Amino acid sequence: MKTFDRKLLRDLYGMRSQAVAIAFVVLAGVATYVAMRNVMVSLEVTLDSYYREYRFADGFAAARRVPELVRERLAAVPGVSALETRVTAPVNLEVPGFDEPVAGLLISMPEDEQPVLNRLFIREGRLVRAGREDEVVLNEPFAEAHGLHPGHELTAIVNGRRRVLTVVGVGLSPEHLLQVQPGTLFPDPERYGVLWMGRHALAAAYDMQGAFNDVAFTLTPGTSVDDVIERVDLILAPYGGVGAYARDVQPSHWAISEEFRGLHTSSTTLPIVFLAVAAFLLNVVVSRLITLQREQVGVLKAFGYSNAAVGLHYVKMVLVMALAGAAAGIGIGLWLGALMGDLYMEYYRFPVLDYRVSVPVIVTAVGLTTGASVLGVVGAVRRAVSLSPAIAMRPAPPPLYRRTLLERLGLEGFFDQPSRMIVRNLERQPARSLLTVVGIASSCAILIMGLFFTDSIEHVLRVEYGLSQRENVNVSFVGPASTSAVQELAALPGVRYAEATRAAPVTLRHEHREYDTAIQGIPPKAYLRQVVDTELEPIAIPAHGIVLTERLAQILGARAGDAIVVEVREGARRTRRVSVAGITQQYVGLAAYMELSELNRLVGTGQAVTGALLLTDTRDGEELNRALRERPQVASIVSQERMIASFRETMDRSMLTMTLILTVFAGVIAFGVVYNAARISLSERDRELASLRVLGLTRGEISFILLGELVVLTLIAIPIGFLLGAAASAGLVQAFQTDMYRFPLVLGRKTFGISAAVVLGAALVSASIVRQKLSHLDLVGVLKTRE
Amino acid sequence: MAAETVFQARGVTKVYDMGEVQVHALRGVDLDLFAGELVVLLGASGSGKSTLLNILGGLDTATSGQVLYRGKDLTRADDRELTHYRRHHVGFVFQFYNLIPSLTARENVAIVTEIAEDPMSPADALDLVGLASRLDHFPAQLSGGEQQRVAIARAIAKRPAVLLCDEPTGALDSLTGVVVLEALERVNREMGTTTAVITHNVAQAGIAERIVHLRDGLISGIEANPDRTPARELTW
Repeated sequence: MKTFDRKLLRDLYGMRSQAVAIAFVVLAGVATYVAMRNVMVSLEVTLDSYYREYRFADGFAAARRVPELVRERLAAVPGVSALETRVTAPVNLEVPGFDEPVAGLLISMPEDEQPVLNRLFIREGRLVRAGREDEVVLNEPFAEAHGLHPGHELTAIVNGRRRVLTVVGVGLSPEHLLQVQPGTLFPDPERYGVLWMGRHALAAAYDMQGAFNDVAFTLTPGTSVDDVIERVDLILAPYGGVGAYARDVQPSHWAISEEFRGLHTSSTTLPIVFLAVAAFLLNVVVSRLITLQREQVGVLKAFGYSNAAVGLHYVKMVLVMALAGAAAGIGIGLWLGALMGDLYMEYYRFPVLDYRVSVPVIVTAVGLTTGASVLGVVGAVRRAVSLSPAIAMRPAPPPLYRRTLLERLGLEGFFDQPSRMIVRNLERQPARSLLTVVGIASSCAILIMGLFFTDSIEHVLRVEYGLSQRENVNVSFVGPASTSAVQELAALPGVRYAEATRAAPVTLRHEHREYDTAIQGIPPKAYLRQVVDTELEPIAIPAHGIVLTERLAQILGARAGDAIVVEVREGARRTRRVSVAGITQQYVGLAAYMELSELNRLVGTGQAVTGALLLTDTRDGEELNRALRERPQVASIVSQERMIASFRETMDRSMLTMTLILTVFAGVIAFGVVYNAARISLSERDRELASLRVLGLTRGEISFILLGELVVLTLIAIPIGFLLGAAASAGLVQAFQTDMYRFPLVLGRKTFGISAAVVLGAALVSASIVRQKLSHLDLVGVLKTRE
Repeated sequence: MAAETVFQARGVTKVYDMGEVQVHALRGVDLDLFAGELVVLLGASGSGKSTLLNILGGLDTATSGQVLYRGKDLTRADDRELTHYRRHHVGFVFQFYNLIPSLTARENVAIVTEIAEDPMSPADALDLVGLASRLDHFPAQLSGGEQQRVAIARAIAKRPAVLLCDEPTGALDSLTGVVVLEALERVNREMGTTTAVITHNVAQAGIAERIVHLRDGLISGIEANPDRTPARELTW
C-alpha cells in the first residue's frame, strides 16, 4: 500500500466517530430514497403486470336486468375486444363467530373455468364447480380477516332467506384489489367482502336466469373509450342501465391509482428532499473538515505533491465515508423497501409483489451523495491549495475580529467576556454560522415534514367525524325507500335519533369540466350531518341550489353563484342547471350536498330516502345490529367507529410507516450534523481553548465558550427549521392532494415539540461528547508547539 | 569561489497584503548561493529571513525581482513547475517539524521518497540522522529532537540539490538542537547538499561557511566564516 493511502486509513481511523456520523447522514438519505423509490417502482411494475396477466377489464357497465341475447349486440360494438356478462348482487352475510353485520358483494363466474376478464388468482382451494349451488370463492382479505379456508361455511341472506355457502377457494381479483364497501372510503375486510359464485347458482338465487346485470369489457388498442361507453349506454338504457364507465373510475382502480399517485409524489419528493438535505450537510461538513487539514495540505505541497494529488487524496478520504454510508444505506433501503412492500401487500393484495431493485434509483442515490461530498471536498481543497505552501503550513493568521453589533449598540455591559467571545465568533464567520444554522434548520425541517401528517390526519378526523358526520351508524337501503323507513329505524331499541339521507349518483358539469360523484340530500335543520364552510363554521343547507366541497369546486372551476349542470345517473336521468349555493370544507371524498326534498325534485322520484343516519346507545349495539340485519331493505350498516378505525388503519399503513422511517432518519441526520459541527468547532479552536485553560479558566468556562456557540446556533436554527418545515409541508400538502382525500396543512404543537426535542437532544448528546473531549485537552502540548 | 551558483536572487521584494495594512517583508534582496556550501541566514524575528527562504524553496512567490535556480527563473514558474521543482530539487526542514501525525517515522520519509526519482531508502535516511532504532514510532511517540531529525531525514531522503531549514532548532533545547545541527552538518558534508539554515541564534551561525545578516527585509551584510565551529562544540 502506498504511504499516502496508509495516511488516508489512519486519518479516517483517527476521526472515526465523525466519519461514522457522516456515513450515517449519507445512510439516512440514501436509505430513505432507495426504500421509497424502490417500493414504488416495484408496486407500479407489479400492478401493471397483474392487470395484464389477469386481464383486468377496460370498461364496466351495470343495469337492472339484461337478457343474455343483448350480449351479442354489446360484443359487436366497434372497439370491444372481449366481453364478459355477469350477475352481481349485494348481500348481507353472517360469519360464524362474528357478531357484527357483514356486507358482501356476490359476483358470478363461469363454473369450472376462469372468467374471460378479471381472472382470479387462486391462493388456496379451487374454482367453483358446475352443479354445486352453494360453492363460493372468497376474496383473500375477507377470508383472512375471519380465518376462513376452503371447507368452512358462512351464511348469506338471499332474498330474505338464509343460505349456507361453502368456501371452496380463496383468491384475488384485479377488479377488487381494494375491496371498499360502497359508501365508505377505506377497506374494512372484517365487515365487507367480495365473493364469487357460479353463474347458474347466483342467477337462480336472484332470478337472473338467462340474463345479466353487469358487464365488463376490454377494448382493442386505439379505441376511444368514450365512444364505446356511449354505445353501451344506448344499448343498456332500456334495461335499466346506470351508465357504463371506464377503468379509470372503477372504484378499486380509482382508489388504487389515487393512492399510487399520492405514494408516487411522496416517494419522489420526500426522499429527494431528504437526499438533498443529506447531500448539502455532507458538503458543509466535509468542506469544514478539509479546511482543518490546511497545514497538512501545505506540507504535502512543500514536498512536491501536486494539487491534483492532494485533491485526490481528500476526495478518496471523503468517498470512503460517503460510499460506506451509501452502501449501508442501499442495504438498509432495500431491506426497508421490502418491509414496506410487505406492508403495502397486506393492503393492496397483489398475488405476489414483484420486488425490484431499481438500478437508476441506486445510481441516483449514490451519485447525488457522492457528488455532493466530492464537490464539498473540491471546494475546500481548492481553497487550501490556492494558498502558497508557506502560508498554508502556518496556522491561519489570527482572524480579524470586530466589535460586534451588540457592542456598537453599547450593550456589552450585559455580557461577560466568554459571552462576548461567542457573539464575536458568530459575527466574524457569518457564512459558516449561517451554514451551520441552515444545516441544523434543515434537519429540523425534515423532522417536521415527517411528523406533520399525524397532525393533519387528526385534524381531518376531527372535522370529518367530529363536526360533519355525527352519527354512530350509517344505514343504507337496498334502493330508494319512503321516509317512513327512517321512522321505523328510529323506533328500534337503542336508537335515540334517526335522520334521513339520500344519495343520488350524478355527473356535474361546468364549462368544459365534469366530474362523476354523488349528491347527498340533507333534510332541513339536520343535526347529524353538518355542512361546514371553509372556516369550519356549520352552514344551514340552503333550500335551493347545490353546495360543493372546496376541492370539487376547484375541479369544476366553479364558484358560489355559478350555475352548473347536474346530470342524474339514475331514474329518469334528468339534466338540470343548478346554481352553486355555497362551498364546504371536506377532506375526504368529493361529495356535493343539496336540501333533501330539493334533491328529490331534481331526481324526480318523490320523497325518497336511500339511507338513515342513527345516533345510538352504544350499550345496545349488539341488539340493534341484529335488528338492522333482519330488515330486508337494509343493504349495509356502517359504524362510525369502524370508519374511523379503518381510516386510521389505512393511514397507519401507508403514511405513518413512511413518516416513522422519515422521522428516525431525520433524527439520524440531525445528530450527524450537530455532532460534526461540534467536533469541527473543537478541532478549530482546541488551541485557543487550551490556552484559556492554561490562563486559569475552568473546564466549565471553556465548555461554555465552545458549546455556548453551538447552543446559540441550535436555538437560532430551530425556529428557522420550523419555518422551513412548515413551508416544505405546505408544498407536500399540495403534492399529496388526491381526489380521494387531501391533507390540510395543520402543524400541531406536538410536531414542533418533537422536532425541536430531537434537534436539541442531538445537540445535547453531541455537546456532552465534546465536553468529554474538552476535559482531555493537552494543555502542555499546546504550549510547546506553535503559537 | 569557483563553485556553481545555485541561487541567484536579484531585487527580490515581498509585500503581504493584510487587508487593512501592507507588510513589506522583503524590500529588495540580492543574494547568491553556491553549490555545496552551508549558509546561515541570521536575523531577528520579522527580518524577512523565512520569507526569503520560502521564496527560494518555491513555497512562496516574490512580489517583484528575480530568483534564478541554476539559471531557471523561479519567479516566472507556474504552479506545476514549482511543484516539480519542490518535488525533485528541494528538501525542507521546518521549525515545527510538520510531520504527518498519522504516519510513522519511516512512513513520513516514505511519503516523500515514493514520489522522488532516485531516493535513498527511508531506513537509510533515518539511519543518517541517528534514528535507525525509531523507524516505526509515530510522531507523538518521539521527542522534539527526534521529530526534527525525522523531518531532516524526510528532507534529504530524495537526495535534494538544496536543503532549506527554517529555524530547525527553534523549538528545541540546546542539547537536542546540537544533535539536529550535527545531522545537517553531516548531510552537507557527506552528500554535498547546498544547505541554507535560518536562525536568530548568533551562536549557531558558527557552523556556516557564510553568514548572511538580514534586517528589516534587507541584507545588512554577508560575512565569510573561515573558522567554522563544529556543531557539537556549540553552546547557547
